[in-house]
Amino acid sequence: MWMKVALFATCLVDNFYPHVAESMVRILNHCGVEVEFPEAQTCCGQPAFNSGYQEQARVVGRTLLDAFGNYEYVVSPSGSCTGMIHHYYPYLFDSNPGLAGHARELVTKTYEFSQFLVNILGVTDLGAQFAHTVTYHPSCHGSRLLGVKQEPLELLARVRDLNLVELPHAQDCCGFGGAFAVKMSEISTAMATEKADWVTETGAEVLVGTDMGCLMNIGGRMRHMGRPVRVMHLAELLLEGMEQGSGVRG
Amino acid sequence: MSAGAKDRTSVIERSHAALQDDFLRAAVRFTTDRLKDRKHGATEELGRWEEWRERGREIRAHTVSHLDYYLRRFVDNARAAGAEIHFASDAQEASAAVLGVVHAKQAQLVAKSKSMVSEEIHINRRLEEQNVRVVETDLGEYIIQLANEMPSHIIIPAIHKTREQIKDLFTRDGGQNLGTDTKALVTFARRKLRETFLTADIGMTGCNFGVAESGSVVLFTNEGNADMVSALPKTHIVVMGMERVLPTFADLEVMANLLPRSATGQKVITYMSVITGPRRAQERCGPEELHIVILDNGRSSQLGDDEFRDVLHCIRCGACLNVCPVYRHIGGHAYGSVYPGPIGAVLTPLLLQGEEFADLPNASSLCGACYEACPVKIPLHDMLVALRRRAAGGPRTKRAERAAWRGYALAFAKPGRYRLVTRMARLAQTPLQHDGYIESTWGPLMGWTNSRHAPALAPESFRDRFSRMKQDVRTIKSDPQ
Ligand code: SF4
Repeated sequence: MWMKVALFATCLVDNFYPHVAESMVRILNHCGVEVEFPEAQTCCGQPAFNSGYQEQARVVGRTLLDAFGNYEYVVSPSGSCTGMIHHYYPYLFDSNPGLAGHARELVTKTYEFSQFLVNILGVTDLGAQFAHTVTYHPSCHGSRLLGVKQEPLELLARVRDLNLVELPHAQDCCGFGGAFAVKMSEISTAMATEKADWVTETGAEVLVGTDMGCLMNIGGRMRHMGRPVRVMHLAELLLEGMEQGSGVRG
Repeated sequence: MSAGAKDRTSVIERSHAALQDDFLRAAVRFTTDRLKDRKHGATEELGRWEEWRERGREIRAHTVSHLDYYLRRFVDNARAAGAEIHFASDAQEASAAVLGVVHAKQAQLVAKSKSMVSEEIHINRRLEEQNVRVVETDLGEYIIQLANEMPSHIIIPAIHKTREQIKDLFTRDGGQNLGTDTKALVTFARRKLRETFLTADIGMTGCNFGVAESGSVVLFTNEGNADMVSALPKTHIVVMGMERVLPTFADLEVMANLLPRSATGQKVITYMSVITGPRRAQERCGPEELHIVILDNGRSSQLGDDEFRDVLHCIRCGACLNVCPVYRHIGGHAYGSVYPGPIGAVLTPLLLQGEEFADLPNASSLCGACYEACPVKIPLHDMLVALRRRAAGGPRTKRAERAAWRGYALAFAKPGRYRLVTRMARLAQTPLQHDGYIESTWGPLMGWTNSRHAPALAPESFRDRFSRMKQDVRTIKSDPQ
């Protein structure tokens, strides 16, 4: 199997967490997938869209239409940004006949990372080994709105020696919500604190997730509270595990 | 009226007060967690919950899109059964209609059962201004009335009160210390409320559903107080929102499955009363007169608004409150109006123009839990964004906010500019960063950095790194599942 996909890195990962995108590239390479990074991409526009600044979201989101037009698949490390494309691009570009078709097409070919591995490549066992206690936070947009529920768990279940402990009240939002975290910072902090308390209660060494926004929030709160936990994107954890283990089985 | 409800504070200020109140937060968390668990059990037990939700949505959508027809049928049939109908375009007209009946009957005492729509028109205050005594007969509402507050939850009005606080209120009212034993407290309330049922001149209720095919008013309660209130006094006044109609009893059956399960996790409601007209000649109980006040109060404009029509599907079950993480932390009063939680954050700014409600749509992380919980699938999270969109760039937004989004669009619309701006930011952060984190607690992101470490921009962006990455693509068979 050999295929080529475009990586939609998201602005957050591009600038703050490049190693997450790099881990994705390595894993996809292992699965026989070549990755391209079309430079026309910037951001999906969600921060502006969710704040009500739709016109601004449209001009920024347009960079993705330009970047990914020629690809069969687009893969992203964020359930939230993928959800933005899936749920709001058809609406956002509806009034522009030249772009509406591109927007709808982008929806059908864009996948969140774990979705792509499990549902498109059919890969769940990457031959990884990771001898740590781990807890998983399912991000709201990825799990609830995009419907990515089982895929990350299936991937984690196949990691050898990994001790996955359930996060109590896992479905509750961590309080990130983009501009909400700054505008309504006190409420957001209360939510992040509650989430941090549950993470602490699990006793996990590692908190894993599929959205860096949420992980930045929970991890940042825990560090501030003096209870740092190792925060990892699923792709990082899998790659580190593959380096420890035997690599992809197949 | 509770603290914070009448003054012109913002959600931020009101929630600040709530966040300091550990009793409040513990009480709200305790009850919403329980309700959530029970709902989960009750929907699992029923099975095919998603299909039930879809059926509920279809019924509400069909009714609301033919509301004029079904409302007309409801009114015709209710009149034929002997009810008197009063249409009210706003809260003032609704109060006037109620006061009209109260004066005609020279009523001194009105017994009420729980009704959000009567809260919406602030009828208690209007009646008291006319020296008419009003007694709330739902236990939770009774507690709230003694405390002189607003309900803080659609279904559990006194959710924010602890048992200790309830004891204090009852003790003050009854003049003797009752202790915190549930039985003693309930016995006290029951005795007080029985007197009210028997002596009230008028009983007043809301209306969970109006069945168009028969003109019946349907009430759901767990305490049976609505039956007392509607049957014992000589006059019964119903206040109903104009969207509360259902076409048939078959539709009511679906709602009777959805509402109690979503609200409290009950399989069936304890008391469901179907009231069709006043008492007939051969009947032994029931009121001599039945008045139905049908309230618009902004509902027609929601009906005409494509983005918000679905909010009229709401069956006021409170499920969206129970799952909302914001509600859990700040409670109901911080929302500042009679409808709290996600449904309130949508409904209140649609109904009321005040400055103190302008920020409500921002009090959400858009996590979507409300949508997932809603038995009639109202996309509340999308409506919150739509409300933000209507406010964006307007006079109530900060100048710095407008500038920030303009700047974002400018910088992020072109990859070249984006690269330049992020490179500049990387340089600018140099003096502020330490160990991969930004060490500053001032500036526009203060809301973040006051309580959270903020990551510094990586020394090299992914796009810069990617051009130097060598890919080693392996050809493998896909994983045997
Ligand atoms: S919006 Fe939905 S969940 Fe919330 S009260 Fe109304 S019907 Fe219930």
